[in-house]
Amino acid sequence: MTLSLRLAPYRGVLRARWRETLQYRLAALAGFGTQCYWGLLRLMILAAFYQSGPADASDFSFAHAVPYVWLGQALLSLFPFRLDNELADSVRTGSVANELLRPIDLYSYWFWRMTAWRLAQAAPRCLLMLVVAVGVLPLVGLDEWALTGPAGASAAGLYLTATALALLLGVAVTAVLLSLMFWTVSSEGARYVLPAVVWFGGGLVIPLPLLPDGVAAVLGYLPFAGLMDIPFRIYVGHLAGAEALARLGLQLGWLVVLVLLGRLLLARGLRRVVILGG
Amino acid sequence: MAADQGAAALAGGAVRLYLRFAAAHWRAQMQYPGALALQMLGSVLFTAIEFVGVWALLDRFGNVRGWELAEVAVLYGMVIVGFATAEATGRGFDTFHRMVRGGDFDRVLLRPRHTVLQVAGAEFAYHRAGRWLQGAVILTWGLVGAGVAWNPARVLLLVEAVAGVTVLFLGVFVATAAVTFWTVQSLELLAIVSNGSVDAASYPATVYRRFMRRFLFYVVPIGTVTYFPVAALLGRPDPLGTPAWFGWAAPAAAPLFLAAALLLWHLGVRHYNSTGS
Repeated sequence: MTLSLRLAPYRGVLRARWRETLQYRLAALAGFGTQCYWGLLRLMILAAFYQSGPADASDFSFAHAVPYVWLGQALLSLFPFRLDNELADSVRTGSVANELLRPIDLYSYWFWRMTAWRLAQAAPRCLLMLVVAVGVLPLVGLDEWALTGPAGASAAGLYLTATALALLLGVAVTAVLLSLMFWTVSSEGARYVLPAVVWFGGGLVIPLPLLPDGVAAVLGYLPFAGLMDIPFRIYVGHLAGAEALARLGLQLGWLVVLVLLGRLLLARGLRRVVILGG
Repeated sequence: MAADQGAAALAGGAVRLYLRFAAAHWRAQMQYPGALALQMLGSVLFTAIEFVGVWALLDRFGNVRGWELAEVAVLYGMVIVGFATAEATGRGFDTFHRMVRGGDFDRVLLRPRHTVLQVAGAEFAYHRAGRWLQGAVILTWGLVGAGVAWNPARVLLLVEAVAGVTVLFLGVFVATAAVTFWTVQSLELLAIVSNGSVDAASYPATVYRRFMRRFLFYVVPIGTVTYFPVAALLGRPDPLGTPAWFGWAAPAAAPLFLAAALLLWHLGVRHYNSTGS
């Protein structure tokens, strides 16, 4: 069997889930409105802080913060706030056994299905957000809050790479949590604790460089920084050159570690699982 | 005379019924203490990270429009306490869209009790107790740190302000639930007025541009019931030019908002068409 033929089922899953998620247009529109509001609110608050404090409070300027906040809102659904409900249910109810009958690798199936889901949720919101943040804001006289372009051609290239890695990293995080459900059964813990950790560690509450320097340094090495903070700082030029490449390496490293961990946990979980009923 | 007694008995019955709802939910939720603890942990974590964000920004920039950490903490703690109280008691409105979509509101209409009472009692979020406690700690810490010059009028103001925030959030929950009568599904957009209000009111209203302040003062008056009383409590003159006594008057916006929300609710009930499922 050729490689392309072996990959065909995962491509199929990717495509099907993408189409399915795109059906919910109203949800996307409502989510988009909410995210515009949040972006504006955050920017107004940050602007007030920059105006109130000393000019040298941080090497991360307000001009850095504006794209950081907008990108965070535009790409919000790329990030692992929650588990895919259907997959979580399949582990809880035991219907995951059906998947085991299929001649596919369960981890890859999960992985590509979640990737498509996140992409399809993010794509329409991201496009709309770009229109507003690039086009509409300057028109209504809020130019200083408009999204500006990346810091340069190389920053743009590195940013795209970092975002792709961030997407896969987010999926790998949720795959680990899904695999853990073979032990915990309920997904409640992940559902309540995960969003808070991701929001804060990724830089959505406040940009990581604005945290106290020591805290920011530690958080910078955790996998959550790779979900948002690293791509965004590359985009605005706060990370550049060798440092940016090193951070991409960090993302890749965490991706490998988390994929291996997820596969290990899934294999262990499947070995111990007992499914009742028929 | 007889009618008065009848009304009093009915009101007493309503309170008793609400308390019975509360007790039943308490027993049910205590069957799963682990889940309750995790939910509590999750909601506490969310408030904690937001407050760490507030703290980190003030640590770096020193102040925001002249407000320092302890003063912002008073504002923040008060919003969290009010929000958590309203959420715990009016949770049924928060999940009301499920009732409408599933057609379960039909049953509510059949029972000889007020719809507001029944929906309010449909769910209780006891896990919000953790968040409430957290808000109370932040509020107390802020009040001590800001060195409030206490006198009877300021004690009254504190009580009034906390009650105002709670009533306002109850109004927000009723209003957003009432919209479901027309939309059937819950709109993520409405999170702007519930969770968005918490975020917006965590900072003094002078932080925002004028169009945003207008929204927070006149449309969903969360800014009115938090900013003016807290500024008066801390003895801060208002750069927007309102007199000091206005702090004591401002919480009155909350019952007005709740009344408007209840009016919308009544219109919604009349408009209600069962989904039939």
